[in-house]
Amino acid sequence: MMSGKRFWNILVLIIGVTLFIVIPFMFFDMSGGHHEGEEGHAEKELNVSEMLIDHIGDAYEWHLFSYHGKHASVHLPVILYSTNSGFHMFMSSKLAHGHHHKGFYIASEGEYKGKIVEHIDSDNHDAEHATDDHAENIYRPLDFSITKTVFTVFLSSFILMFIFISLGNSYKRNGEKAPRGLRGFFEPLIMFVRDEIAIPNIGDKYMRFMPYLLTVFFFIWFNNLIGLIPLFPFGGNATGNIAVTFVLAIFTLVITNVSASKNYWRHIFFMPGVPKPMWILLAPVELIGIFTKPFALMIRLFANITAGHILILSLFFMIFIFKTFYVAPVSIIMGLFMSLLELLVAAIQAYVFTLLSALFIGMAVEEEHH
Amino acid sequence: MELLTPDLGIIFWSSLTFLILLIILRRYAWKPILQAIKSREESIQEALDSAKQAKEQFKKLQEGNQEIIKEAKAEKDSILKAARDIKDQIIKEAKDQADVEAARMRKSAANDIENMKKEAIVDIKREVASLSVDIAEKILKKDLEKSEEQKRMIDSFVDDIKIN
Repeated sequence: MMSGKRFWNILVLIIGVTLFIVIPFMFFDMSGGHHEGEEGHAEKELNVSEMLIDHIGDAYEWHLFSYHGKHASVHLPVILYSTNSGFHMFMSSKLAHGHHHKGFYIASEGEYKGKIVEHIDSDNHDAEHATDDHAENIYRPLDFSITKTVFTVFLSSFILMFIFISLGNSYKRNGEKAPRGLRGFFEPLIMFVRDEIAIPNIGDKYMRFMPYLLTVFFFIWFNNLIGLIPLFPFGGNATGNIAVTFVLAIFTLVITNVSASKNYWRHIFFMPGVPKPMWILLAPVELIGIFTKPFALMIRLFANITAGHILILSLFFMIFIFKTFYVAPVSIIMGLFMSLLELLVAAIQAYVFTLLSALFIGMAVEEEHH
Repeated sequence: MELLTPDLGIIFWSSLTFLILLIILRRYAWKPILQAIKSREESIQEALDSAKQAKEQFKKLQEGNQEIIKEAKAEKDSILKAARDIKDQIIKEAKDQADVEAARMRKSAANDIENMKKEAIVDIKREVASLSVDIAEKILKKDLEKSEEQKRMIDSFVDDIKIN
């Protein structure tokens, strides 16, 4: 009962703080809709694959809902650095519905579709009213915008810090006592990472890598779960974004190779037990292997989470494809089933990423023992 | 393809965020948590070990007690046996002493009897002697009546007696 109460307190606090941070940036754009209006009924034909990509992709604004062509969105800050016009920071509301701002706009097609691009007029740098999309005039600035994905990464990190720092403090106070409440919930998971992932794969040196393994495990798990909650401020698809999984894979790559033993490098360049000329063949293969392992991590996490989201979304899009309400029960039941499955996948993928990271680290730190 | 192209901005923000997250959680969360879990595990192990030790000690103690009880029993038996022996000995000694005393008493009684017998014999002898003397006197008296001389002699004897 205690733990349940505390859990709700924490949840309310998280949502409260998030809203407090976000509300000043919130912009309910009820006036919009002319973009859709212009398209008319001909364009009402749903482009399912485009919508799918839109839903799982990144965005500069957080679209909450649309009603009769009016959109309610939370607008997020755009931060740009252009070698042409320097540093810019403004809210994404300025770019909503194809608006141009200081020459920047969100490309609706082409190579940079969905991204902010800068239109540079050959003689006039202030291209406020440029509408022509000549490829040679389109330039992609360095884009450090707080997009939906970045916001989700921030949110999940904030939740993680909040939960685990308070957990750490509670352990400092009475860690000797039997775990209960929040500690009772998280301790088995921490013990699982330690006893089932770190120790069997890394061995005696496991303690050095525990902070990374725990952080990456809970980061992925929390982000996977956040991706499954459809309500703002949750719902951002961070672990289904290749850039985020890329970063996580890079962390594993760096940690693996920085902490690698002499034995590890010897196995790469001078594989023992094979004829010496074979080294010339094996070394490049092994060298590529250094990168393919984290690459597989990156793709695996991204693909699993993306696939799950696409599946759930497809089930609900079936209603629009068949244009009948009678599909709805099927969609709901199947969607519920998939959501439950995804709940499982969320934990499994966090486990797999952490396990494989530990395995790679373990292979790298292993000392010679023949 | 758009989905498969990592965005530079997201890479920047998420690597920065993740690095900060890692550093902060490592310092303020994982360190105290792992330490507390480890020290708790150690204390549990210690408690289990000491419980086992206490159990063993108790067992040993119990064994010791058994030993002591056994020893005490043996001692009791031996004491009882010794007491019985002593009793027997005392009885035997007393019997012996009584026998000796009885023998001594018998012997002294025999001696007394002997002595008395001897005294009696001496008395008898003396009596017999005096009787013999008396008889002899009487005989002699009869013989002395016949002459004057004898008469005078008897007179002198009478005188002697008178002096006594």
